[in-house]
Amino acid sequence: MEQFLINPDCMVYDNHPVTLTGEPFHYCPGCGHGVIHKVLMEVVRDLGIQEEVIGVAPVGCSVFAYHYMNVDMQEAAHGRASAVATAIKRVRPQNYVFSYQGDGDLAAIGTAETIHTVNRGENILMVFVNNAIYGMTGGQMAPTSLIGMKTATSPYGRDAASMGNPIKITELLAQLPGAYYVARHAVHTPNAVRKLTKAFKNAFEYQKLNRGTCFIEVVSNCPSGWKMSPVQSIDWIEKNMLPMFPLGDIKVPDPKTGDPVMVKNN
Amino acid sequence: MEKQELKGKEIKLMKGNEALAEAAIRAGLDAYFGYPITPQSEVMEYLTENIPLRRGLVLQAESEVASINMVYGAAGAGARVMTSSSSPGMSLMQEGISYIASAQLPCLLVNVMRGGPGLGTIQPSQGDYFQAVKGGGHGDYKLFTLAPSTVQEMVDFVFEGFKMAEKYRVPAMLLADGALGQMMEKVELPAEGQFPHVIPDWATTGKKEGRKQNVITSLFIQPEKMEQINLDLQAKYKAMEIEVKSESINTEDADLILVAFGLVARICMKAAELAREKGIKVGVIRPITLFPFPTEVLNTTADRVKKFLVVEMNAGQMVEDVRLSINGKADVQFYGRMGGMIPNPEEILTKLESMMK
Repeated sequence: MEQFLINPDCMVYDNHPVTLTGEPFHYCPGCGHGVIHKVLMEVVRDLGIQEEVIGVAPVGCSVFAYHYMNVDMQEAAHGRASAVATAIKRVRPQNYVFSYQGDGDLAAIGTAETIHTVNRGENILMVFVNNAIYGMTGGQMAPTSLIGMKTATSPYGRDAASMGNPIKITELLAQLPGAYYVARHAVHTPNAVRKLTKAFKNAFEYQKLNRGTCFIEVVSNCPSGWKMSPVQSIDWIEKNMLPMFPLGDIKVPDPKTGDPVMVKNN
Repeated sequence: MEKQELKGKEIKLMKGNEALAEAAIRAGLDAYFGYPITPQSEVMEYLTENIPLRRGLVLQAESEVASINMVYGAAGAGARVMTSSSSPGMSLMQEGISYIASAQLPCLLVNVMRGGPGLGTIQPSQGDYFQAVKGGGHGDYKLFTLAPSTVQEMVDFVFEGFKMAEKYRVPAMLLADGALGQMMEKVELPAEGQFPHVIPDWATTGKKEGRKQNVITSLFIQPEKMEQINLDLQAKYKAMEIEVKSESINTEDADLILVAFGLVARICMKAAELAREKGIKVGVIRPITLFPFPTEVLNTTADRVKKFLVVEMNAGQMVEDVRLSINGKADVQFYGRMGGMIPNPEEILTKLESMMK
């Protein structure tokens, strides 16, 4: 029965990789977290590194990531996932280490840890899920909420003068010498999922080189927090999120030298 | 860098902070994470100079907040790990310590206390007694707390701290003060490599085929489960009571007992000597473990002795535990200096004399 009805390259859904525990996701209908978890764990399976991976879960909607990802994991305090991941990688350099955080966790309360982890060039993969809102606490304004965006704590829309601007932390981090591979992806279309899969693969491969931090932002949605249907939220990503957070590579290793270089237009 | 051979037993004249750092290396420290703060910066300075030539790793973090979360990560991955700081820095670490206690991770925390509150002063203090022995961060938890009074104990209690932390899966606290950190005394250093550490089977080391995933967490969202975790922690703290340690000096014939911990206990020993020269029979009880607290020895001593004087470098913190231990059996008074001031034996003697009138 090992016969694919569709081209394996086009597969975006695989029922149950061994790297997931099989526990049903608690995420809201249409939320991107489930897809991102699955893609990440499919890559771990495909690379055959399940026994070597140690993950760090955040505080936020994905606080229970370790219920789903069938690898050794630690649950970090809010904002501190990259500090926890730093220490794990330092004491166990032979393991693959990743952290998984949302926008409030990584780009607000954890900004110092985020910047210094990348600045030290810790050899870890940092996954940054940006849905421009605090989902778990009920839809408050995030550091990446867009100007004019209505949230529970910006009910009249985010106003730059009094609430600050959405932070493009991925572009900011790419400037640091410790950043080896920096890219922004999404999971709102099958094509985007395929590109993210490739990016996660690259990031784990690069971790073997000990050349620095791999940082992958995933632009995602929050139908509940955005108060939209899943389909509307996909549309909203295209129309509002992507102009502010354009997809693609930001910093990549030069194919000839292996040194990280900024991608043009970034 | 070429690695040095393991050090043998040695006798040296050392500063408290440096002796503590040397002891940590000899105790098989795998990792140290810290952030500079006076009066304990020599700990990380010593480690960054010596660890590259010996064994282990040391990382200067961007803050105490990052340091303590690195301690969490390394301990969760099975390493023998420590951090050190001084009062304001320890305050910053409290959230992380609460997580470490809840996740039941062994580690050694060192607080070389300075005067507060606020930015305070860099001079010695015992103002963080409550923070150390009552938990410090949110929730019901305890630290196994050791109070050294000599530079030798700065060495010995590093070993003892790791031992207790690993035996009970709790964070251990070495509660010193700025004077102990800065002063020099003769110390005997144990040989290196005599204190083996095995990576525990609960640590996150990569999920090997055939075993379930290991998870380090402090999140137990169902109240029934969270209550059970609390009950387990309390049972463990109760079990730790057998490890209680204190020192009693000349208490057999005493009419008055001085109670003090750390450096102040040594000052009290001198004050007791001066008092005896004047015919006042004074003994000293020095709690060595502050948690578990030597309740029993204080309570039984109060069956016979009816006057106690607690001396601390704070506004009166341990005195509350002494009163709870004695439970009304005797008169318990307090004498304290604050803000970085160290009491001298003569002023303690004056207070003793006033109590015997």
